[in-house]
Amino acid sequence: MIPPPLAALTSLHDTGADWPSLDVVWRVLTLQDYNTRLVVMSTMILGLASGLVGCFLLLRKRSLMGDALSHATLPGIGLAFIVMASMGGTGKHLVGLLVGATVTGVIGVIMVLVVRNTSRIKDDAAMGIVLSVFFGLGMVVLSMVLSMPSGHAAGLESFIYGKTASMIMQDFLLLSGVAAIALLCSLLLLKEFTLLCFDEGFGRSQGWPIHGLDIILLGLVALVTVVGLQAVGLILIIAFLITPAAAARFWTNDLRNMLILSALIGGVSGWCGASISALLPRLPAGAVIVLVAAAFFVFSLFFGKTRGVVRTRLAMYRLKRKVGRQHLLRAVYEIQEAACAETGKPPANIAIPFRDLLLHRSWSPAHVRQDLRRAKNEDHIDQFDGQSLRLSESGFGEAARITRNHRLWEIFLITHADIAASHVDRDADSVEHVLSPDMVRELEQRLDLDSIPESPHYISPQKDRPHDMVR
Amino acid sequence: MTWFVDDTWIVIIGALTAIACALPGCFLVLRQMSMMGDAISHAVLPGLAIAFLVTGERASFTMFIGAAVVGVLTAVFTQWISSLGKVDRGASMGIVFTTLFALGLLLIVQAADHVDLDPGCVLYGAIEMTTLDVAWEFQLGETWIEVPRAAMVLGSVALFNLIIVVAFFKELKISAFDPELATTQGINANFMHYLLMTQVAVTTVAAFEVVGSIIVIAMLVTPAATAHLLTDRLGLMLLLSAIIGALAAGLGHLLAIVIPPLIGFDGTTTSGMMAVTTGLLFVLAWLFAPRYGWISRLVSRKDVKSPFSGPLPSD
Amino acid sequence: MKTKSYNSAKTLPADDHSPQAPLSIHDLTVAYHRKPVLWDIDLDIPEGKLVGIVGPNGAGKSTLIKACLDLIPTASGLVQVYGQPYKKQRAMVGYVPQRESVDWDFPVSALDVVTMGLYRDIGWFKTVRKKHKEIARSALDRVGIAHLADRQISQLSGGQQQRVFLARALAQDATLYFMDEPFAAVDAATERAIVTLLKDLKNQGKTTLVVHHDLATVSQYFDWVILLNMRVVAAGPTEEVFTAENLHRTYGGKLTLLAEAGHALSQIKRP
Ligand SMILES: Nc1ncnc2c1ncn2[C@@H]1O[C@H](COP(=O)(O)OP(=O)(O)O)[C@@H](O)[C@H]1O
Ligand SMILES: [Mg+2]
Repeated sequence: MIPPPLAALTSLHDTGADWPSLDVVWRVLTLQDYNTRLVVMSTMILGLASGLVGCFLLLRKRSLMGDALSHATLPGIGLAFIVMASMGGTGKHLVGLLVGATVTGVIGVIMVLVVRNTSRIKDDAAMGIVLSVFFGLGMVVLSMVLSMPSGHAAGLESFIYGKTASMIMQDFLLLSGVAAIALLCSLLLLKEFTLLCFDEGFGRSQGWPIHGLDIILLGLVALVTVVGLQAVGLILIIAFLITPAAAARFWTNDLRNMLILSALIGGVSGWCGASISALLPRLPAGAVIVLVAAAFFVFSLFFGKTRGVVRTRLAMYRLKRKVGRQHLLRAVYEIQEAACAETGKPPANIAIPFRDLLLHRSWSPAHVRQDLRRAKNEDHIDQFDGQSLRLSESGFGEAARITRNHRLWEIFLITHADIAASHVDRDADSVEHVLSPDMVRELEQRLDLDSIPESPHYISPQKDRPHDMVR
Repeated sequence: MTWFVDDTWIVIIGALTAIACALPGCFLVLRQMSMMGDAISHAVLPGLAIAFLVTGERASFTMFIGAAVVGVLTAVFTQWISSLGKVDRGASMGIVFTTLFALGLLLIVQAADHVDLDPGCVLYGAIEMTTLDVAWEFQLGETWIEVPRAAMVLGSVALFNLIIVVAFFKELKISAFDPELATTQGINANFMHYLLMTQVAVTTVAAFEVVGSIIVIAMLVTPAATAHLLTDRLGLMLLLSAIIGALAAGLGHLLAIVIPPLIGFDGTTTSGMMAVTTGLLFVLAWLFAPRYGWISRLVSRKDVKSPFSGPLPSD
Repeated sequence: MKTKSYNSAKTLPADDHSPQAPLSIHDLTVAYHRKPVLWDIDLDIPEGKLVGIVGPNGAGKSTLIKACLDLIPTASGLVQVYGQPYKKQRAMVGYVPQRESVDWDFPVSALDVVTMGLYRDIGWFKTVRKKHKEIARSALDRVGIAHLADRQISQLSGGQQQRVFLARALAQDATLYFMDEPFAAVDAATERAIVTLLKDLKNQGKTTLVVHHDLATVSQYFDWVILLNMRVVAAGPTEEVFTAENLHRTYGGKLTLLAEAGHALSQIKRP
């Protein structure tokens, strides 16, 4: 016995793709054909709506709810068919089937909420149960329907799952209606949904009907899912609800921007995907759309402006370099300062032995050499022959500045501990920008008074936590 | 209603599936990763397609390997994305499996003659047909026993899972309960995670090929969750979920035979009915479980025993 | 010593409650599953006091606050705010949840979080306006982090996040505040800032209930305490109630905690 997915493979054989001419590409991209226009516009609108709704779903940590929901629509389709067929007619009336799908989908979602609120079963298991049991029920109902002797039921499933290419005006209107509802709700209920997703308990203490809001949100998800079923298919609509939102999160830390961006990514994925699928043969639109959205996601994961991997890694690397440079220059300055103080002179740019630098803090030679090489590239080091080193003119100036700022900052943290707390994560390097001029003057006075020739770092290196660390 | 030898075999195969799934399923539920079975069963599509395109034949074994590899990759990618990009794990699971599914679909349709592949079909299985494919015959007294291939496959998977769970019981338990504690005790929580994922992938793929994946998804989660409502002890939970799953398999097949004629239909799918039956058993436990059931909670909320009915120890 | 000590519900007749108390709790019992977590809580909180709720881990301190705010179902009992059920008095009550209860990676700024305290006033469907932002900004100013208003909340330190939560409660402009562990894992400066703020609220005649776990500072911070361990072990003015005997009865045989308590008691300055 060949199970169905393998059966599909038995007839595999390769056929070369026919590349479309430029003219055709142009016609498709500019939406000149009525049919393509309908399909492309529809998927675009679906992308917009699901991108919007998906944001809230993602922030509520319920991304997979779309998965549970879309599976839970199956019994509804079968039952709606039975009901409509028994009332006379073919039973394959689109709106009727979609209503059936919505009803069982929503029942499934409510079951998830009820189970998790009334038992020790967690969200994920509740979704898994609803998904599999409802889908099983759907299979039971559908296979009974298919065995019906009167049977015009054949093709009922494919009628529902992902027939992007054969969309008609009715589908477009349906999608637009749903998108409008999603947009309206997101606009009107923006602050309520924010509260729901961020701090449910606080919302409830203020008297917001949290369960009601939850159901409105999931109702929106249900609408998008059900109209999306026939546009991109049962599995792929799940991606539409998750991927654009997750991609948008990498670009912004602001919810409003994230909503806009997610809707845009969804829309563009729909547009690109449907166009590509219209241009090339044997490319099911749903799959292409999902892959385009996934490409957006992967790009955002790496190159996203605020949370992308490259940016965060780069920032971490830069910070490490900056801290390394500051430590090096300050260490050199402090050694010079101590050496000059012995002879009773003010600090000057004298050559110091490399060994002293190593002893100053318990740094590894390799580490220090690397920092030195960098400092040399930045023209902060004049000469370094492996034994001794000297700062350049600009390097010495910089070292003096860094050391002064660092000490000011330390005094500030010690003497003004109460206000300092709100500044701890600020950059010590820019004391002047963070503190008022009066404050800096006051600190400078103290610095002169005590004029600390011996910095506490000689005694306890670990106390020297980099205050200039940017979180 | 008539009951044939085949019916017995179907129930046995269903029960073996249930046992194979119950073992990793309990850990999935406890680690709050129940959707992994669903994700993997969808994500394996490109594995199947690539295995076929590379070897050019429909040999079960290469396809099994291809699918199992992609199944484990699903878990790996999910982990990467959620740790690299600080994405919620559910969301990253969703992104990974839908993308792989779309990729698989594209591969199949690109190479296939007919475009009209039903995306939903991956979830279908025909446990009823498994008895036709006999792998091994032997004589027991007077009768010939014909063991279906499915029974052999699922029996092996169940055995494989049993061995792993017995061998690593302690480690699996600790890393399900508290991964950080596990790490401090020298247990590699990451290894345990991927071991579990491998178990899930192998189970899903093996069972999916013979009985259809909806049974697997249902059997992974629902009996384990049902058992979770009945006991607090992991060992007992594993045992109970296997029993509940097997019971659901038997009852499910029975219902699939009995119910359709009652309401005027010819017949229905046993796979679906088994999934539904696991749900029915879950609902029973959810309502009536002695300690964690809904009704017992409702009653107990109004009827709390005072812990201070006796004299207070410190008074 | 005139310590009021409620060992069973019977010691205090129900009609003993003052109708004008900011918070009065009548025979409150809360259970998760079959396990009672709070048993027969019966209390009147006097107006204008800074009240510490003290007890070991799992004593039901958070549960008490949640039950007062109607966030969890109760087995029996009644909670009144200024003589009315809580549902009618929401506008008078401010809430600071435990800091870990939310995801600080959420894409909102500190100012956005503080404006959430005003959502009730703003009402359904309406958007946040400039004047609301002004209020929120001044609340942030009161906790000393106005300059961080536009930062995304994940970029704040633990103490700063706690201040944001406090600012949100301040924006609510309530007369009765519930705060769940505002001092948990904050830096010393934030702790001092919060104490100043709490004293401020007290001076304005507001009543504040604060879950607190550092026994050493109880007598310094609070003028009223509730010692809680499933039941109210003792409640009343700090100098009367915060005694070795009562602490022993609250913490039972937990030796380390007792040692801590001993330390705390040595710090009490009796007038
Ligand atoms: N949602 C819940 N379900 C079951 N038990 C709970 C729940 N929340 C708290 N508990 C239990 O109630 C008791 C009191 O909890 P809590 O009020 O959080 O204690 P505290 O805040 O004093 O540390 C604990 O034993 C805890 O295990
Ligand atoms: Mg608590």
